[in-house]
Amino acid sequence: MPSHDVLIIGAGLAGQRAALAAAQAGVTVAIMSKVHPVRSHSVAAAGGINAAVSVTDDWRSHAYDTVKGSDFLGDQDAIEVMCSEAPAEVMHLEHIGVTFHRNDDGLLDLRAFGGASVKRTAYVADITGQAILHVLYEQLMKHSDTVDRYEEWFTTSLILDDEGTCTGCVARNIRTGDMEVFTAKNVILASGGAGQIWKPSTNALICTADGITQAYRAGVPLMDMEMIQYHPTTLLENGFLITEGARGEGAHLLNSEGERFMEKYAPNKMELASRDVVSRAEQTEINEGRGVGEDGAGIYLDITVVPKKRTLEALREIVNIGKDFAGVDITKEPILIRPGQHYIMGGVKTDVDGATPVPGLYAAGEVACVSVHGGNRLGANSLLDTLIFGRRSGEHAAERAKSMTMPTNDRTQLLKDEAEIKEIIGRPKTGRRVSEIKDELGTVMNRYVAVFRDEAGLQHAHEVVRRLKEEAKSAYIDDQGTVFNQDVLGAIELGYMLDAAECCVVAALERKESRGAQFRTDFPERNDDEWQKHINTSINGDDVPTIHYSPVTITQWQPEERKY
Amino acid sequence: MDTRKPAQDFTLRIRRYDPDSGEAPYWDEHTVTLEPHRSVLEGLLQAKAKYDGSIGVRCSCRAAICGSCGVRINDKPGLACHTHLEEALKRSKDGKITVEPMGNMPVIKDLIVDMDAVHWKKINRVTPWLIGKTPVPEREYVVDRVSMVDVTQTMACIQCGACVSDCLSMEVDPGFIGPAALAKAYRFVGDPRDAEQQQRLKDLAEDPNGIYNCTHCFKCVEACPKGVAPMNQIMRLRRRAGSDHHIDDRNNGHRHEAAFVTLVKQGGLLHEAELLPRSYGGDSWFGKFAPKAGAELVSSLPVITKAVLRRKVNPKLALVPHKIPKQDVKAVREIFDTIGSREERYELNLYVVGDDKDLEQPVAGAVEDRSTT
Ligand SMILES: Cc1cc2nc3c(=O)[nH]c(=O)nc-3n(C[C@H](O)[C@H](O)[C@H](O)COP(=O)(O)OP(=O)(O)OC[C@H]3O[C@@H](n4cnc5c(N)ncnc54)[C@H](O)[C@@H]3O)c2cc1C
Ligand code: SF4
Ligand code: SF4
Ligand code: FES
Repeated sequence: MPSHDVLIIGAGLAGQRAALAAAQAGVTVAIMSKVHPVRSHSVAAAGGINAAVSVTDDWRSHAYDTVKGSDFLGDQDAIEVMCSEAPAEVMHLEHIGVTFHRNDDGLLDLRAFGGASVKRTAYVADITGQAILHVLYEQLMKHSDTVDRYEEWFTTSLILDDEGTCTGCVARNIRTGDMEVFTAKNVILASGGAGQIWKPSTNALICTADGITQAYRAGVPLMDMEMIQYHPTTLLENGFLITEGARGEGAHLLNSEGERFMEKYAPNKMELASRDVVSRAEQTEINEGRGVGEDGAGIYLDITVVPKKRTLEALREIVNIGKDFAGVDITKEPILIRPGQHYIMGGVKTDVDGATPVPGLYAAGEVACVSVHGGNRLGANSLLDTLIFGRRSGEHAAERAKSMTMPTNDRTQLLKDEAEIKEIIGRPKTGRRVSEIKDELGTVMNRYVAVFRDEAGLQHAHEVVRRLKEEAKSAYIDDQGTVFNQDVLGAIELGYMLDAAECCVVAALERKESRGAQFRTDFPERNDDEWQKHINTSINGDDVPTIHYSPVTITQWQPEERKY
Repeated sequence: MDTRKPAQDFTLRIRRYDPDSGEAPYWDEHTVTLEPHRSVLEGLLQAKAKYDGSIGVRCSCRAAICGSCGVRINDKPGLACHTHLEEALKRSKDGKITVEPMGNMPVIKDLIVDMDAVHWKKINRVTPWLIGKTPVPEREYVVDRVSMVDVTQTMACIQCGACVSDCLSMEVDPGFIGPAALAKAYRFVGDPRDAEQQQRLKDLAEDPNGIYNCTHCFKCVEACPKGVAPMNQIMRLRRRAGSDHHIDDRNNGHRHEAAFVTLVKQGGLLHEAELLPRSYGGDSWFGKFAPKAGAELVSSLPVITKAVLRRKVNPKLALVPHKIPKQDVKAVREIFDTIGSREERYELNLYVVGDDKDLEQPVAGAVEDRSTT
């Protein structure tokens, strides 16, 4: 039975950063991931990472932009931590090898991003996430004597002792099908987001809410789950992302009349307003009949206004995506986009050290909700979030471990999880296929829990999710094997997605106002008096989750009207 | 590519292998219905979702960025998510799209191969992390803009293994460090922040399975979905090792290359009989009289004899230099002179491109205007 001072579940940016921080603090570390670490979804992050590194910038300006971007739902103490520690973190990345783009003086070059008052996004062409993730993995290879890696291991449950302290997890070795109990003084959840609940989504196929639901099932509250980001520029065709970097470099959004319609919605920032604002503007144009494309469901993103050399150097991936996945040369013609599901602001409730209300359990990255993004995340703040709070939870967990003895675990949870897997594999082929249920979930969520929402739609979505939860209990699979049985993992993931989806819907129903990514057509105004608070959802057996509130921390920025 | 074509049927012929069953690999066919510009991965996922969930294939991003879905499609390595069904079909001989696991790596199940056993082991071989110059600056290392853009080409490698799958040298010499790992090595050798470039190069040049083991077959360049062009990076490593750091490796790699260039420059064509002695003894006519060359030549005699006996080599033709018209020799020399006189090195780099007229425009000027309003 492997045991470690700190066990990290997830090897994206948050997980790898946590692992390095904990290892540096001198404790024993394990990092586990259901895919090889460099396949983690962080690899897809394109545009860049925010930090007030320029001598003319100030972290307080970054913090204010973030608070405003969050529509005053972000916790300002956490935002201060993130923004003030950002420059040092970016320098650290630079020192360990990230090939950040330079300006002509050889210093870090910065690009413009949405919702930011100055250029403060450091980048590596449009492969920033990949560059950082691969460099962190280089460091893990370097420190292989202190960090044990469990690559292609799938966590099925967290383990809690009788006092409610987290003492490890159960995981399945995907390559062999063997199940194992992992014991740890502290567990850090870094298992990423939940985009696959929606169809389409910019997120990878592995973003299935695993960690969010594992924590939820262990009794940790989920916070801000109604806040789902729709990114303004995803390919109409298939939902792939076109980085905000494109607009950062100067690209325009045009409607069917050839009009730069952002003039109407955000005359100052235009295309570079906050994502929620731009997505809503686009959706309004589409709904009012000024969309483009076959059934008017799209908007033009015109990148031809960016100098070609710059596009080829700084937006190379987008050139390829346009060519390979939409058949469009973006240096020559506009490309069809629309708002698409991209990010989940909510997640496992933590404090600024990543600690959750369950002792011994931390969470960092997209799985967590600190909450630095509040109602709407600014572009290029997520990579920052993963790194800052990944590091902080790694450090904190390591310190905590130093004064503890190693807990012991029995095989109760393992036997339970093994039995569940056996039960899934043995199901008769009478129910629905897992893939069918997943499809229906995605379609319903994308229709009713999207840019615009209302009571009736959300109610309907909730009913569907409840029904799908029932159907999932008898959903069948084909693979009976042990080696790389992706089929059975898919069935487990479906369960995670359904639980998390219900929390999203229930929280969206609860919030009777419009703020950030939550726009209720039946409550179109922001209502600070009643709703400037976080909505938390907690597990309640098999019933609908219970709802409770927590206050928003305000330090120096009082709520004000949000204009771009 | 036309994205408006309607959905049609495609038959996928998938190579399956189930280690649980103890049986040999077999072919499995499924017909899927998709628009022609959809990817082979989407085809596989449809087959998995509708007909057989047990088909094993790694995938995650669907957008050619995570490097999970390396496979061989109709005999060519690549990413399943980055190959259009239509395009795959065009390469098919019998109207079916054949999908197999990558080569040069052991198969775990169906299309899933053991990348740890080969690919990652080789990556580990090249000390794959930056050994930063000291003292570490307080802020960023100040480095040339172009040098960072330059290493970004190798940074763009997604570790998919497609190049490893079909590397000809690796097929005959499994010990060869190989295209992906050597491209990774260039990522550090080309990085001005690295303190150990000389040592890295020495190590790669002296390794009998190192940079001089590549046969220029271009397979990796063709296979790479991200334009990393590993072979080019290997050539750059050689150039840095030989010309910049004057590393005279014990594999005679550098001398061989120098001899090659000299002979072509002199005669317009390669003179094979001169190549071997010069590679061993030194890049001049006297090379063959060097004691080292003698020893090496003697040790090569069995191979040469065998080749002559099997009529692979005709001694008369091999010993006499090829004759080509004078003006052609002159033209070849001119090429050498033109390239040699260039101040800047002409490096084939993905990110350093573009029209000169664009250069004059202020970079992303449009943004500057707007963010201040
Ligand atoms: C296309 C795209 C572009 C983006 N661009 C940007 C950008 O430019 N700037 C920015 O700031 N943000 C960007 N984002 C957002 C950002 O990339 C993500 O929010 C962030 O990378 C999440 O990192 P993470 O470490 O939390 O999780 P991930 O990188 O998703 O990693 C999750 C890890 O958990 C593991 N895991 C999950 N479940 C299990 C399980 N059951 N058992 C074991 N392991 C498990 C996975 O294998 C993986 O290793 C972008 C997002 C997308 C989709
Ligand atoms: S060019 Fe060299 S490295 Fe590339 S595939 Fe051929 S032998 Fe291998
Ligand atoms: S060099 Fe290209 S083909 Fe080889 S692993 Fe990297 S991305 Fe894949
Ligand atoms: S699925 Fe990520 S590269 Fe193909």
